[in-house]
Amino acid sequence: MADLIFYIFAAFTAGSALAVVLTKNTVAAALALLLCLVGVAGIFVLLDAFLLAALMVFVYAGAVVALFLFIVMLLDVQGGVRKPFKKATIVSSVFAFILLLLGLASFAHKGVQTTGDLGAAAPVGATLKSYGEQLFTTYLLPVQIVGFLLLIAMLGVIVLSKKFEGLEDIK
Amino acid sequence: MAVIPVDRKPLTFAERTYIPQIIGGLRTTLKHFFRPTVTLQYPEQRPEIPKGYRGVPTLVKDPNGREKCVSCQLCEFVCPPKAIRIAPGELPADSANAHVEKGPQAFDIDMLRCIYCGLCQEVCPEEAIFLQNQFSMSGYTRAEMVNNKARLYELGGTLPDQHFKWDKKKAAEEHGNAH
Amino acid sequence: MFDFYFNLPLIVRLVVQAGAVILVLFPIAAACSMAERKISAWIQGRPGPNRTVPPFLAWVPVFVPFLQRLGVFQLAADGGKFVFKQDPVPGHVNKVYFILAPIIAMIPALSTIVVVPFGAYVDSAGKLVPIVLANLDIGLLAVFAVSSLGVYSVILAGWASNSKYSFLGGVRASAQLVSYELAMTLSVLPVFLWVNAPGGQGTLSLFDVVQLQSGVGLHWNSVWFIGYFPVSAFIFLVALFAETNRAPFDMPESESELVGGFHTEYGAFKWSLFFVAEYCHMVVGSGVFILLFLGGWNPLPGLPLTALVDLLHGVIPFATHPLFMGLLGIGIFIGKVILSIFFFMWVRWTLPRFRYDQVMDLGWTKLLPLSIANLVIYTLGIAGLALLQK
Repeated sequence: MADLIFYIFAAFTAGSALAVVLTKNTVAAALALLLCLVGVAGIFVLLDAFLLAALMVFVYAGAVVALFLFIVMLLDVQGGVRKPFKKATIVSSVFAFILLLLGLASFAHKGVQTTGDLGAAAPVGATLKSYGEQLFTTYLLPVQIVGFLLLIAMLGVIVLSKKFEGLEDIK
Repeated sequence: MAVIPVDRKPLTFAERTYIPQIIGGLRTTLKHFFRPTVTLQYPEQRPEIPKGYRGVPTLVKDPNGREKCVSCQLCEFVCPPKAIRIAPGELPADSANAHVEKGPQAFDIDMLRCIYCGLCQEVCPEEAIFLQNQFSMSGYTRAEMVNNKARLYELGGTLPDQHFKWDKKKAAEEHGNAH
Repeated sequence: MFDFYFNLPLIVRLVVQAGAVILVLFPIAAACSMAERKISAWIQGRPGPNRTVPPFLAWVPVFVPFLQRLGVFQLAADGGKFVFKQDPVPGHVNKVYFILAPIIAMIPALSTIVVVPFGAYVDSAGKLVPIVLANLDIGLLAVFAVSSLGVYSVILAGWASNSKYSFLGGVRASAQLVSYELAMTLSVLPVFLWVNAPGGQGTLSLFDVVQLQSGVGLHWNSVWFIGYFPVSAFIFLVALFAETNRAPFDMPESESELVGGFHTEYGAFKWSLFFVAEYCHMVVGSGVFILLFLGGWNPLPGLPLTALVDLLHGVIPFATHPLFMGLLGIGIFIGKVILSIFFFMWVRWTLPRFRYDQVMDLGWTKLLPLSIANLVIYTLGIAGLALLQK
């Protein structure tokens, strides 16, 4: 039963992810992204990671994609003529595809579970308390780094979006 | 011209938070919430018509039941939207005031044109046309909205008369000094 | 007596429960539309809709005229009208998304209720059990997450209608909802810091929040959280008005500027779906507010449901029966929700609509800093209390 649900969600997620890339209509692409994120949240639920699922829906599906749509609507992008691919794009996408294949191959080769039953151990992200503890003990450094990166991105946006007339304005 | 400068007071902090104003507004609306409603339940309850109300123009008779209109057609001429149509004619020979005055053969007021200005009432030398209390006209066809003479008398009824012109005329006739 | 029910397969029971919840939620939401008309009328000194009565019922003496004056039949007539009316789809719209938008509107509106507990009963083991479709650890977060999806129906409706008024409504909605979500989420954090104070269980469940407001008599837990967190409650309430698109924040539809905003091009049944979704949001939103700040299903501060049932036990012998207690709790909760909806409507017919820049200004430069300051102060306070207890 759980396997069947997983396959349904996985197919749903992969399908909508493909639709994001392939569809020409920008609004439809954003909506497909929304569906994709909801599918990922569903997979998180199957993994008993309810918090991650809720955060996924709340932050990404609820706010980020809404902002995407907001921007798309403000820019009023219409599906125009598609430009031919640049050489760099083709090379990098082929490279990325090879990396993806390698990654899948390594999963298939080494990903076979040899340790004891993982289901016996309580999953880390399952309860809020264990999640919070892990976040502020084991994974404190990554959290800090991500926070710092976000701060930099925010400052960058402020600098880029504000028009500075001269150096006096900065002072 | 004297200029009186009025200093606009800066808003206090409480006013800028807008919360006391919201609470005051809520109190006002709550007060109205519990107050009895003021709506008139129209078809059952009728509004009180004030004196001097200008409703649908009607023709009136004097207390003796005689029609007052002499079809002078002043109202027809004065009517700004040309809503009135009068066909003047002789009165029937057996009526008391035959050969003295005329009377309307037909008197139509098109209520789709009438603007309720009251000029017909103002101009009428015989005080025969009045804008009375009737305010609601409705009909399914255009023809229904034209008041003919019978309908106008039905709507108008009888109004008290101060002059009793026909009585005076009759008295004068009997005493031999007509006009 | 109810054993046969608990012997049913889980999925059947869940479907029955969900159906029952929707059967309660939907009529409440529909009745709200009539309540809105009646309350607005009474506030403005009018009687409101009081004429409609089906001819085959008109002969019943006292009861039917009473319902007629309350406008109950008007509600039925309106509902019937929405079903049987011609459902126009304008030629210039994007048909798929145009039809999809009202359907999407119903999804978050009806599914947020899943994690909202609306009553409690004492089971045979003497343990207090919440009446809820899914008592999740992350209750409140799930409500926020699913209700944040409500913005898509508005955006889609605005975009697919392909008209400038709808479009402006959609753009306004997306900006407004994203802005106020932030202040709303930050405003409830102090409550959960308190619930999860050091040594607590670590939960976002709404049931546990109510449990901490169920002290008997003079007790720390007797005070409803609106007493402990007045600023949080205020910010949450204001943000709730904005999130449910209610006046004075009904920018997305503001009929005086945008005709009808995002639903300008909609009519008949599709429009009524938007309408009902708005009221469902209101019902669920005020339910969450009541659970967080107004003691949930507890009738009075210091008199929780369990104490009330014990008191009633002297008068009514079956008061402690789980069924009676559950129904009593649900009744009290729904009563509070109805009062809160009345407050929503009362505010709507009192305050003028804010200008759009005022809405944004209030959200970003007033409520957000206020909620951050609120959070910091309460964090320090709760940490200080924890230190003192050591």
